[in-house]
Amino acid sequence: MKKSAVAAKTSPQNPQKNAIHKTPFQKIEPYLYITPALILFCCFVFFPFAKTLFLSLHSTTPKGEISKFVGFSNFTSLLTSEAFRNSLFVTVKYSLMVVFFSIAAGFITGVLANEKIPGTGLFRTIYSLPMAISSAAASIIFIFVFHPSIGILNYLLGTDIGWLISDKWALFSVVMVTVWMNIGLNFIFILAALQSVPPELYESASLEGAGFFRKHLSITLPCISPTLFFLLIINVINSFQSFAQINLMTKGGPGQSTYVIVYSIYQEAFFNNRFGLACAESVILFFIILALTLVQFRLEKKVTY
Amino acid sequence: MVQNKSTKWILLAVNCVVALCIVLPILYAFSVSLMTPSEIFQYPPRLLPSGLYTQNYTDALRMAPIFRFILNSLFVATVVTIGQLFTGALAAYAFSILEFKGKKAIFMLMLCTMMIPSQAIIIANYLTISGLGMTDSYQALILPYLTSAFCVFNMRQAFLQLPTELNEAAKIDGCSTFRFFISIALPLTKPSLGALGVYTFLQSWNQYLWPLLVTDSKEYRTVQIGMGMLQNAEGNAFGPIMAGVIMVLAPSILAFILGQKQLVAGLTAGAVKG
Repeated sequence: MKKSAVAAKTSPQNPQKNAIHKTPFQKIEPYLYITPALILFCCFVFFPFAKTLFLSLHSTTPKGEISKFVGFSNFTSLLTSEAFRNSLFVTVKYSLMVVFFSIAAGFITGVLANEKIPGTGLFRTIYSLPMAISSAAASIIFIFVFHPSIGILNYLLGTDIGWLISDKWALFSVVMVTVWMNIGLNFIFILAALQSVPPELYESASLEGAGFFRKHLSITLPCISPTLFFLLIINVINSFQSFAQINLMTKGGPGQSTYVIVYSIYQEAFFNNRFGLACAESVILFFIILALTLVQFRLEKKVTY
Repeated sequence: MVQNKSTKWILLAVNCVVALCIVLPILYAFSVSLMTPSEIFQYPPRLLPSGLYTQNYTDALRMAPIFRFILNSLFVATVVTIGQLFTGALAAYAFSILEFKGKKAIFMLMLCTMMIPSQAIIIANYLTISGLGMTDSYQALILPYLTSAFCVFNMRQAFLQLPTELNEAAKIDGCSTFRFFISIALPLTKPSLGALGVYTFLQSWNQYLWPLLVTDSKEYRTVQIGMGMLQNAEGNAFGPIMAGVIMVLAPSILAFILGQKQLVAGLTAGAVKG
């Protein structure tokens, strides 16, 4: 089959179809296919990215028009401000917790649904279902679940915690909701990875008397580490961009304890009308995510092979 | 894995408990949406309503034009999905099957857009859209999301898996490049199109920050913003709020369950290699 294809390509009967003899239309044709996507990328990714960099070096009028060039002073004033450093710290704390618990939850559900037991189809649907739940819907459901006096969570746990109104618990509560929403995607990828682990490995481990936990620790984890790294990157990127949960559940409070960076960008731009400053924050967000992604790629190469 | 009977039962029980925990918030929201106000504020809290109190649903519809929000979101998500599949498949087709100068460089450039977090450019996009006077319109909601690198990348993977003989045979039969794309390549990559379609639809339906920025009037608000409005305006009317949440969740859960098989297969095909 392969040979005949090669033969057809070079066969003298079809000279006009050869790469060498392209009509002018055939030469430009490929570019026509990529034009729509390319124009859209230019307008809504590359241009705004350049504009963000540009605006971050300027101060703006409340309408977002440039008033004057200020150099890096937006950045220096951010990096020296207590509030912004707090917001960076909160974001990192939030992200670490979200990433750790999301992958752990994905791993646990993945291992559970990979066992040969009745009803796996139903379990798999349920474990991936949170993927379909929007952050707005999840937030509103949990505002009620977390309600200090009539909420079901305090009743079930027998506690009396103001989940969203205490600065000790608010960030953790938002993390729990985000983790719940993230289970679906993490589960889907981890299950797919688990299914590609060769079953012989487990069988020989059983013969040597390894137990349930031992098997997963020394066989499963190394085997699925490429997927875990992929999920690490995805979860970090997503968690640094969380917004809806914060805006609906805590509005950054109480006492700035959930004031994550994207919420801070939103506040600076649309409530304080300081678009230049907000763009500087966006640039910092971009570089943090870029750095984390690069570090993880490095790590992946070192650890998995 | 080989297991004996008792581990099987233990695993089944653990699965049931975990599954229940995950699905419980949704079931609970549904249950609350059918409770009377006095049942909702009862202490200790009830898990199940005593009857089917559908008043919450009519109240929710009276408090906010939820059907309008649903129609808006359906329209926006559908156009965005079709747009992304269309622009993505077209570009992916050129990147996988056709040969041209600068192919690699342009492809890398498109992949680079995946490195730019959408929240980091959202302010610049907002300033552009508002500068053009387009806020509060369907264009504002749709235009920036008509293409995605994720879609281009995945469709390219799908086209690369088509046997090369197919293209050669079609060429010999005098099939034009575009006809091959429309009547052979696209139908053969239906599973990928389906998976990406479900994924894009859900993403678009669930969008929050962008519609929050560019819409002001009820006419163009999408479901996610509408739900937030209901929550802000009627803080303690939990029955109608939960009824609103359920009405908004229903279409996305339905889309997910219908497209689940394709979605899972398509999402994991490219990313996982043992």
